Amino acid sequence: MTLTAPRAPAPPAPRRGRTVRRARARGLVGWGLAVALPVAFLAVFFVWPVAVMVGTGFVADGRLDLTGFAEVFSRPRTWRIVGLTLAQAGLATAVSVLLGVPGAYVLHRHAFRGRAAVRALVTVPFVLPTVVVGVAFRSLLVEGGPLGFLHLDGTFAAIVAALVFFNYAVVVRGVGGLWERLDPRAEQAARALGASPWRAFRTVTLPALTPAIASSASLAFLFCATSFGTVLVLGGMRYGTVETEIWVQTTQFLDLRAASVLSVVQLVVVAGVLVVAGRARSRRERALPLAVPDDAVRPLRLRRAPGLPERDPLAVVAAAVTAVAVLLVALPLVNLVVRSLRVGDRWGLDHYVALGTAGDGVLVTVWQAAATSLRTAVDATLLALVVGGLVALVLSRRPRRPAGRRALAGLDAFFMLPLGVSAVTVGFGFLVAMHEPFGLPVDLRSSPLLVPVAQAVVAVPLVVRTVLPVLRAIDPRLREAAATLGAAPGRVLRTVDGAIGARAVGLALGFAFAASLGEFGATSFLARPQNPTLPVVIFRLIGRPGPEAYGRALAASVVLALMTAVVVALCERLRGTTGGEW
Amino acid sequence: MTKEEHHLMAPAISRTARTSALVGAVAALGLALSACSIAGGAAAPSGSAGTPGGTVTLVTHDSFALSDGLLDDFTERTGYRVEVVQPGDAGTLVNQLVLTKDAPLGDVVFGVDNTFASRAVDEGVVQPYTSAAPAAQDAATYAADGGGALTAVDYGDVCINVDHAWFTEHDVPEPATLDDLTDPRYRDLLVVPSPVTSSPGFAFLLATVGAKGDAWPQYWEALKANGLKVAEGWSDAYSTDFSGGGGGGPRPIVLSYASSPPFTVPEGGDEPTTGALLDTCFRQVEYAGVLAGASNVPGAQALVDFLLSDEVQADIPGSMYMYPVSSAVTLPQEWADWAPLAPQPFEVPAAQITEHREEWLAQWSQTVVG
Amino acid sequence: MSDGLGIRDVVVRYDGTRRGAAPSTAVDGVSLDVSQGEVVALLGPSGCGKSSLLRAVAGLEPLAGGAVTWDGEPVDDVPVHRRGFGLMFQDGQLFAHRDVAGNVAYGLAGRRRSDARARVDELLGLVGLAGYGARPTATLSGGERQRVALARALAPEPRLLLLDEPLSALDRSLRERLALDLRAALVATGTTALFVTHDQDEAFAVADRVAVMDRGRLLQVGTPADVWRAPAGERVARFLGYETFVPAAAAPEPVRAAVPTTPGAVLALAPGALVVEDGPLTGTVRAVLARRGRPAVRVAVPGLGEVTALAPLRAGARLVAGDDVALAVDPDAVAVLASEV
Repeated sequence: MTLTAPRAPAPPAPRRGRTVRRARARGLVGWGLAVALPVAFLAVFFVWPVAVMVGTGFVADGRLDLTGFAEVFSRPRTWRIVGLTLAQAGLATAVSVLLGVPGAYVLHRHAFRGRAAVRALVTVPFVLPTVVVGVAFRSLLVEGGPLGFLHLDGTFAAIVAALVFFNYAVVVRGVGGLWERLDPRAEQAARALGASPWRAFRTVTLPALTPAIASSASLAFLFCATSFGTVLVLGGMRYGTVETEIWVQTTQFLDLRAASVLSVVQLVVVAGVLVVAGRARSRRERALPLAVPDDAVRPLRLRRAPGLPERDPLAVVAAAVTAVAVLLVALPLVNLVVRSLRVGDRWGLDHYVALGTAGDGVLVTVWQAAATSLRTAVDATLLALVVGGLVALVLSRRPRRPAGRRALAGLDAFFMLPLGVSAVTVGFGFLVAMHEPFGLPVDLRSSPLLVPVAQAVVAVPLVVRTVLPVLRAIDPRLREAAATLGAAPGRVLRTVDGAIGARAVGLALGFAFAASLGEFGATSFLARPQNPTLPVVIFRLIGRPGPEAYGRALAASVVLALMTAVVVALCERLRGTTGGEW
Repeated sequence: MTKEEHHLMAPAISRTARTSALVGAVAALGLALSACSIAGGAAAPSGSAGTPGGTVTLVTHDSFALSDGLLDDFTERTGYRVEVVQPGDAGTLVNQLVLTKDAPLGDVVFGVDNTFASRAVDEGVVQPYTSAAPAAQDAATYAADGGGALTAVDYGDVCINVDHAWFTEHDVPEPATLDDLTDPRYRDLLVVPSPVTSSPGFAFLLATVGAKGDAWPQYWEALKANGLKVAEGWSDAYSTDFSGGGGGGPRPIVLSYASSPPFTVPEGGDEPTTGALLDTCFRQVEYAGVLAGASNVPGAQALVDFLLSDEVQADIPGSMYMYPVSSAVTLPQEWADWAPLAPQPFEVPAAQITEHREEWLAQWSQTVVG
Repeated sequence: MSDGLGIRDVVVRYDGTRRGAAPSTAVDGVSLDVSQGEVVALLGPSGCGKSSLLRAVAGLEPLAGGAVTWDGEPVDDVPVHRRGFGLMFQDGQLFAHRDVAGNVAYGLAGRRRSDARARVDELLGLVGLAGYGARPTATLSGGERQRVALARALAPEPRLLLLDEPLSALDRSLRERLALDLRAALVATGTTALFVTHDQDEAFAVADRVAVMDRGRLLQVGTPADVWRAPAGERVARFLGYETFVPAAAAPEPVRAAVPTTPGAVLALAPGALVVEDGPLTGTVRAVLARRGRPAVRVAVPGLGEVTALAPLRAGARLVAGDDVALAVDPDAVAVLASEV
């Protein structure tokens, strides 16, 4: 043992005062920028257009006019629509959670052959354009269709089913991401204390999962409450929601007064839900005993394992529920594939061959559109990663003062808003506000940059929700250990938060990418350049007469679905290689 | 990670380094792709470099399409480069133009139909222009207003279509008129797109208004009592619910276009399996116009002329499934055979449509949706 | 005035986590000096504020009052990473995303590569983990993790090392062995250290001086022997392991005679103060137990109540509850307390 330094040479003591103040100021400027940049992004590309659009409805002859509220609220239809919105979104969210939590257990806590494929499969619905979902779903449910005997076509149940179809993956991924890292020993301890598997789950695991469940449920609720294509296609006008009503009032009647009032109603409902979910989350959210995923994941055994006294009843129930859920998700998708292979009275790949040719009113081939989609989605994803990453970083701080904590909670809710505000309002807002915004001599409306920006606005909340739980689960003492080893705040951020947060990036990447690939709300109102994205091409093809265009649209949808599945699976692999413990 | 540390750990490593490398590679790839798309997406430099006439921006709906190369011919002939902006479907177009009146989205609009024409004119989104193109006289037949701000380019009939095969198979005579549709014999057989969410759907509502006058709500009540199904949009109704549209749905009567039947000629067959009922039609006319506040008025006017040229007019049936206004161009043979126009479509004056649109739609919703 | 660490009237308060909740005082006016090269143990029950004091010294908790100095200079304004105070946590807090060498090298940023590598090897050797550099931290045992954590904390040659219960998560035998290794490593590197523990054996094994803390205040500071011999009151004595307290006047004569007493003093007896062998005292066996393999008995002694007496191995097998046994006094396990405050 050869030891040098018998005594630690004291580092040069910094001069008190100025140096410290300068360092502190640097830190303030850094965090200030980390807050200001995302806030500015959201303010310019979301708040401003929405405010302009909503404001237009409240200004009549240059004066503020709020009589719209009284008028809109005196219509019985308004109340019915608000009720229907809450009922639809609430029910669909509840069902998504009920199906999604067992799904998370099976797909993230157990290993079995084909798990990656199933995980990718359940994510696909998330990106399918509503027109395609309409076809996939309605042709199943329509009288004479494979599920026609259920008589669900055009019913409330059909809408809820489709919303669940969309949001199942949101819950599975959100809850599964945490669950697969949860230390199984807490539950094992409860079992050893005499708790039944069910009681151990209810009293130990479920409370630990509550933040993730609340978080996923609020995401799912936002998606459901603002879903408009699905509701229109599957329910017609009968089950209109606030979102469909805004669409009708804005695009059909140009009744901006009513649309603005409804937008405000929507905002209030959404904010209310966010507050409730945020409460549920923060009450439970704390650093959790997390385990290496490989340790927490067990092979899926449905029969009694040799040497064990009983079957795992939770696994059996969860596997059964998940099998049903996956079947429900797979049915419309399989239906879509089957239909895309139907050529007249025979089967064939003709529609897929035709993807390589332009025509039917679309000047690009489906492959070109797919490339455009991918490139746009890459832009949007990068933007969302930068903005969302910064937001997650800021939100993962734990200020000492209650005021600081409240400010962070506000910021958290603020960045969820894009999911809760009507895409019509945002899209029209872009058209009105993005011409020479803030006096700048540019017309952003026809800029190809606005499409990825609009998609990023929607993808940011997804990135935040994916990265934030991982950053929040970092033991603060890890940062303290780094600081006492001489790491300046910047280095702590880089080597602790950065290094660990980077592992959530794979998941966030997949989620954001999928969201921007499929985004068709606000984007569809934007002045699109001549290079249309794949969802746009599908939308145009399906609007053309003739079985060829229809078949091509279905084949293109299958391509979009496959593209999504591959991207999601790749991102999962990226995450898979980053095993380790948090 | 500083360089030093990296080297320090280099011999040992490990998943950490590979992960960072992977993340780095993905980020780099992303950046590369991104750079590529931002640069590539901007297309050719906007502005007038190289083309003396500059750029003319065409605002139109989703369904606008012309054969490849046609717009290049226009550029070659006039020097104006055309940029196409498609901010949504036909139903939304006029409202978008109204909202962006102060800072128009482009120089010229194509795709305003006769159900929206007077709103466009009343709101002043278009400025007067009378084309001197040879087809302009034909176009004048379809003029929507007295001011001459909108130029008709093409038209088509929205009609009830029937699936011949279904009726032959079930040995039921086909319906022919609007009244037939309320016959119990055709119970549960009709599907139409919603007038609220679809422009052909609205056109059919107008057909019933034109046919029944103030009694149209009673007609719809009868349709509803006879098992009418309302779908969200045309593609939904035609592809999912209609038995003859390729999707294999259950209903053999659908609202579509007079130009739809030629697309149902089966492979190897010579006759379409569907037909349009010409006594149930409403005529849609699509207009072009120079936008008020256009920055390139001469270019916009040249483009309106170009839309009336024989070249474009002859291309319209194949690319947009509408009938050209010009009488000088010949229609494709299968159109002449299988897609005749209604001799006497129902009509509702444009001004009336604008005046009553909201009221009719609200009443329709109340009657049919409840 | 002094070289090394100075702690002056330090107060640490925590705000209530909810609005309106009263702040709680974790450290209530503590003063302590640690001179260079010295190892001081902060000993106290859990929740006594010792960890808060440690965190305050490190700069991780704001001071609500008082000052922390180094060589007489206040360090209150020096941010954590510039203080040169290392901190080692109870559970190591290793960076799971770095391997062992990467962890140890973390504090060596800015050094020449070859120097850093040599230093990592040197420290891994010091803690007995030579050749472990490439191991992922997840594959280490609990003891190995703490050794890595120690090596990591020592690597940047901190002028002061703060250790927060570094051994308490380990099992007893490992803890005892590591305590010795820790002492050796601290002495070998001449590191000034402040060491928090709730285990008096550990404190006595590692530290030059022991500071006993309870409810946010320091009760006594001294060398292990001084503190053991003369605890500054019953609370300190109880915490050190003394279990029986009797006024000197009421104690049986042989016990009183074993130590010099003053009037009004209280005698404190640790387990082992009485030994089962030929002696002047008699007690009744209530229960037979074992302490580290050695037989021990709970005996009821008139005038003392029930105390734990050690027995020689050969006597163990014969002891049965209910028997009367003869007992001798071991003066090293009897302390005299000044009259209780």
